[in-house]
Amino acid sequence: MAINAADTAWVLISSALVLLMLPGLALFYGGLVQRKNVLSSMMHSFVAMGVMAVEWVIIGYSLAFGEGNWFVGGLGNAFLRGIDASSVTGSIPTYAFIAFQGMFAIITPALISGAIVGRVKFKSYIAFIALWGLIVYAPVCHWVWGGGFLTGEALDFAGGTVVHITAGLSSLAILAFLGKRRGYGVDSLKPHNVTLTLLGAGLLWFGWFGFNAGSALAANETAAVAFITTLVAPATAGLAWMILEWHHLKYPTALGFSTGVLAGLVAITPAAGFVTPMAAIPIGIIASFICFEAVAIKAKLGYDDSLDAFGVHGVGGITGALLTGVYASVGSTGLLLGNSSQLMIQFEGVVLTIVYAVAGTLLIGFVLQKTIGLKVSESEENIGLDKTQHGEAAYNL
Amino acid sequence: MKYIVAIIRPERLDAVKRELQKIEVSRLTVSSVSGYGAQKGHLEIYRAMEYEANLLEKIKLEIAVNDEFLKPTIEAIKTGAKGSEGYVGSGKIFVLPLENVIRIRTNETGPEAI
Repeated sequence: MAINAADTAWVLISSALVLLMLPGLALFYGGLVQRKNVLSSMMHSFVAMGVMAVEWVIIGYSLAFGEGNWFVGGLGNAFLRGIDASSVTGSIPTYAFIAFQGMFAIITPALISGAIVGRVKFKSYIAFIALWGLIVYAPVCHWVWGGGFLTGEALDFAGGTVVHITAGLSSLAILAFLGKRRGYGVDSLKPHNVTLTLLGAGLLWFGWFGFNAGSALAANETAAVAFITTLVAPATAGLAWMILEWHHLKYPTALGFSTGVLAGLVAITPAAGFVTPMAAIPIGIIASFICFEAVAIKAKLGYDDSLDAFGVHGVGGITGALLTGVYASVGSTGLLLGNSSQLMIQFEGVVLTIVYAVAGTLLIGFVLQKTIGLKVSESEENIGLDKTQHGEAAYNL
Repeated sequence: MKYIVAIIRPERLDAVKRELQKIEVSRLTVSSVSGYGAQKGHLEIYRAMEYEANLLEKIKLEIAVNDEFLKPTIEAIKTGAKGSEGYVGSGKIFVLPLENVIRIRTNETGPEAI
């Protein structure tokens, strides 16, 4: 197939939009932590742009999209061997495809950082995301998109399973080794600057249009479907969360609205190009309700998923993946159109991804725990990671 | 009447507040301050330039108490601020004589106004 200029332009722009989600995520998370940890939290997103991009072109792309078996791609395209400027994937240059997919490989492990802020050693974080990209992300990406056993079976338009379920469940799993922040549940560990978080949420939404609509890999009607559903679902979810808070907690908070938006973005991701804008409304509402409960139950269960990486990305991702099997109607059929087998396939994809992501993360966590260690010392945690891990402070006199 | 000024670690603030509530000392002013004592600061780096950053973030508490509350207040601050940490930087408590207190709304003065 020949290269289509419009498709190429759209995918290149979308790639840049997805990369902008990293500073968005950095601000979103950075505002939610205490002021002594803001740079360290932001650095988790920024360093992912370094580590994961390099890893992606050296080996990650090949493991995810190279010729391989049902489980993982081979090493045929390691160091991007066999690909040059004239290579074509679909209707776009292969380099554009690699760059676009690379952005997903960058942001996915960065999402996990939200669970472990304020207590993870920086070098261990780098080792973790590098290993996680190879052991968890690349295989699951291969299963669903790269020619593995779920490709063409499970519907995952832009990464509900590949990105959000893997990251969300791994966030929960890694807590087995990192535990809680000191003072969690006893002292107030309030967000230090919610304005940063709102700016971050806005940038995430903006970038998410590239994430979802770009996943059409073409400038066509499917991209437009994904674009408008990415507008409708987060809008609905933000309103739903706000109303829930208003009702249960008396106030419609800014942080609550932006958290709802994020839950809606996560949930529409697998469905984006497969559902109508009207179906995006119930998806947004349902996701908001379920994530709201998931975040609320955290305090009762006592685990410290600090910035709700599991509560929003894990739970929202699962909800979205299953709802895709219910509402799919554009170029595919879901339960509401009488295709109950799609929902079963979605369920199978979700369960396999959960099991695999948790197992892979526990393995990596165990190895790191036994070698370089994962958690900073008590005094380092008290002083804060900005000073002890990075030798700088966000706010100076 | 005494005026107590205490410098403590930021992460001990909640614990100190809990201790103070136990002895019903419920009037408190808190500020975020920077300073240094025996605990040396850290080296900070901006654009490859090293800076000796000897100012550390601390919390300053100011509490005015009547004489009978002095001892329990000091004990409460000590208990809350020390925690389990054995390293330098837990802070200090200063006790100053307090000449007078005026409650603006009611014009009360002296010990009743505290």
